[in-house]
Amino acid sequence: MTTKLGGPARRALPVTEPAPSEPRPQQKNTGLAGQFAKVLLLGLSVAIAIWAAFPLIAEEHWIGLAVLVAATAALLYIYLSPRHIPAKYLFPGTLFLVIFQLFPVLYTASTAFTNFGDGHRGSKEDAIVAIQTSSVTRVPGSTEYALSIATEGDPATGPIVFLITDPATKAVSIGDAGGLTPAGAVTVTSSGKVTAAEGYTVLNAGQASVRSQEITDFTVPTAGGAIRSAGLSRAYEGKAGRAYDAATDSITDTTSGKTWKADESLGSFVAADGERLVQGWKVGVGLDNFTRVLTNDSISGPFLKTLIWNFAFAIGSTGFTFILGLFIALALHSAKVRGRNFYRILLVLPYAMPAFAMLLVWRDMFNTDFGLINNLFGTDVDWFGGTASARIAVILVQLWLGYPYMFLVSTGALQAIPGELLDATKVDGAGVWQSFKSVTLPLLMIPLTPLLISSFAFNFNNFNAIWLTTEGAPFPADNTTNGATDLLITYTYRLAFGGSGAQYGFAAAISIFIFLIVAVVSTISFRRTRQLEEVYS
Amino acid sequence: MRIRTAGVIAICAVALVGTAACGSSKDETTSDAPSAAAATGELVIWADDKRSAALKPFAEKFGTENGVTVKVQAISKDQQTTFLTASQQGSGPDVVVGAHDWIGNLVQNGAIDPVQLSDEQKSGIAANAIKAVTFNGQTYGVPYATENLGLIRNTELAPEAPATVEALVASAKKLKADKKVSELLCLQVGQNGDAYHAYPFYSSAGGYLFGTNAAGDYDAKDLGVGKPESVEAFKKLSALGEKGDGALKRSITPENSIATFTSKKCAYLVSGPWAVTDVKKANLKYDISAVPGFEGGKEATPFLGVQTFYVAAKGKNKALAQEFVTNYVTTPELAVALYNAEPRPPALTAALDQVKGADADLQKWVDAGKNAVPLPAIPEMAAIWDPFGKAEAAVIGGADAEKTVTAAGTTISGSIK
Repeated sequence: MTTKLGGPARRALPVTEPAPSEPRPQQKNTGLAGQFAKVLLLGLSVAIAIWAAFPLIAEEHWIGLAVLVAATAALLYIYLSPRHIPAKYLFPGTLFLVIFQLFPVLYTASTAFTNFGDGHRGSKEDAIVAIQTSSVTRVPGSTEYALSIATEGDPATGPIVFLITDPATKAVSIGDAGGLTPAGAVTVTSSGKVTAAEGYTVLNAGQASVRSQEITDFTVPTAGGAIRSAGLSRAYEGKAGRAYDAATDSITDTTSGKTWKADESLGSFVAADGERLVQGWKVGVGLDNFTRVLTNDSISGPFLKTLIWNFAFAIGSTGFTFILGLFIALALHSAKVRGRNFYRILLVLPYAMPAFAMLLVWRDMFNTDFGLINNLFGTDVDWFGGTASARIAVILVQLWLGYPYMFLVSTGALQAIPGELLDATKVDGAGVWQSFKSVTLPLLMIPLTPLLISSFAFNFNNFNAIWLTTEGAPFPADNTTNGATDLLITYTYRLAFGGSGAQYGFAAAISIFIFLIVAVVSTISFRRTRQLEEVYS
Repeated sequence: MRIRTAGVIAICAVALVGTAACGSSKDETTSDAPSAAAATGELVIWADDKRSAALKPFAEKFGTENGVTVKVQAISKDQQTTFLTASQQGSGPDVVVGAHDWIGNLVQNGAIDPVQLSDEQKSGIAANAIKAVTFNGQTYGVPYATENLGLIRNTELAPEAPATVEALVASAKKLKADKKVSELLCLQVGQNGDAYHAYPFYSSAGGYLFGTNAAGDYDAKDLGVGKPESVEAFKKLSALGEKGDGALKRSITPENSIATFTSKKCAYLVSGPWAVTDVKKANLKYDISAVPGFEGGKEATPFLGVQTFYVAAKGKNKALAQEFVTNYVTTPELAVALYNAEPRPPALTAALDQVKGADADLQKWVDAGKNAVPLPAIPEMAAIWDPFGKAEAAVIGGADAEKTVTAAGTTISGSIK
């Protein structure tokens, strides 16, 4: 470990190592190279921190900046001071833990308290901008102008003006923040585009596109509204239909006079009659998402039923694959079987296939009229149409996908059991079954129990196994949200993303509930495993 | 000492990476500073794999004509979500290509800007395509291709286009009795239904999804699913289902419907222009007509889907994006190239006229979609798909129509709020 990590430092050493009797120069050399590398790496860390600081300052993200400064200061302090040896080793790991584990968990948890989702993704400012921009319509019957963009000064920095050509008369006007004024000497093409104007520099598309934002925001006030650009070569007279008033914190429709007042608890602009503008913003909603999970009938009603099936599915998938895998492993463990390796390779094949594709293939094999299974057995079972048959089908698929894994780990564990123990049982007169039950199985369970628990936890949330086969079917005719093979994860996915677009806040709240369930189950299982180990060890 | 120094260096290196990750993760969420690329006038376009390949030469041409760089990036999966997330972070494109029914969701997230088309440009585009991209009275994109369902039939088995659903079923039953086919109709249902493919029959039987207000926009408050009309419509679907005629079956899935038709197991296929490539490959003699309606019922109206160019609201180069979308996409050459990439009828009349001489199917698709209604683009439509499809599947499987549709209606109105 140390040698490997110490690579760069060692390479900087002189090729001929001094004799062990002269330890001092060696230490000095290592120290120098080490110091050099240390300074270099710390310098780089600081450089990166400074680079990361600029966007934070630009965004006025002071908390982020404070965290960055504190982390960098801590880094420098720990590595530049000769003390704090344990901290030198702990700091990087802690940093990674915070970034890759704690931060996502906290982010998910904090999302659960917001209405983050479709229609409520951005800030209130974003929503106001979107409402105003999307309300600009062409003044009915107004002229469509040809547009050229020009400036009085430098193409990159000079103030922008619009050169506007009336398509009928080819008369050119100069438009700026003060309004329209007739232009002097200009050269106009047949399409109405101005190629040269006295006193102005006409921008080409490349130059104009650099100043895209300015051009988009540029308006020339007119009596009926304002002239705006539609791209770089056309302009139209448009009028904003809705305006935001900061004093009353509301949006007003300029034609109908209807107002929508900002509701900070909903993150929407709401009119007196309850109508909401579609563009909303992200706000904190407290425990709303959690109470929704607990109080909504369509969630709490079928919850218990789904939970029971979820346990049955996870236990069934894990249990059956384990029994089958162990059985085959035992059969092939016997030295009497010829071509054992050939069989083993054959058996591992399903494990080598991409589960994704295999699930889809299995789904088609269970098709009532065209599926392989019904055709092969001459049956007419509506596999995914009946509750029992659909459940059997998904567990069968899991069995096929999962047994090679169990077979592999069981084979490994079996080979680790010393043969003397089994010989001893024979000497003592135990039968095959008894020696399996009393010696092999207990010894197998010690390494395999943690794997079974993790397999259970995986299958408990095995989204693909259901989503790519039955999608939760069959559904009762009067309830389209909760199917017979739905796991909690597929069911909640449908709730959070199937109904009205993506509702990340709600989904985060549900995922916290699922986490609690899995955590409780895993904790209990691991407790029991410890007891198991104590018994057999 | 030596060991310790080495350890310190190693840990420093790790910390360095850590700081970098820390810095960049914060940078991603907060940085909005203009990138160096934008300073040279850059236009970024997002499209799916097939279309981005077709777009590339035109994008380059646009770039050289205007002295800017144009980048076409292929987004192969979940384009809408990817676009929304990216544009929220300020790393989205300037122009995005997608289906018109995204509009409602993109608008409510403030992700796209309206486009101002001149009267002349609008008149050059199919009227129903313009209607499809209009949302709350505002045009939100430039359509370039349309698609709708039609009835594809194997003319060797079924020479005449059936005028009604009843005629279709009668003719198919005769073919089945003569052992020429094994299925009456290839219309994908699947285990959990398919609202898009069921809609022509549903509409012919009198059902509707959303009512329209005075301005002709869909009104989310007037939900048609669960209304008496929808119950009647589902009863008709039920009569065609597994316990009835057997024309609609859950075993016909999106995966096998076209293959079943091309292997001559059924004479009629309800599908869109995307199915033609496979049908041609199978060397079938085929013809395309409108999806028939029920006898004495309303006309069957399939959904009209419109492929659209959008201007991203949070793009860095909006003026150039507007220029590209409103003044360049509206030229026929681009529409023809996109047609060659995937054969769907161009929305630009001039482009359609150019290509329909070489491809007789195009006019047939346009005719089949003559009375097509634009797929509702309102955000509330998201609540329809899943419950409607499942109710359809349940009814086709033999469930009670009234109970099923009422429950579906309750679910939908529950998630619309």
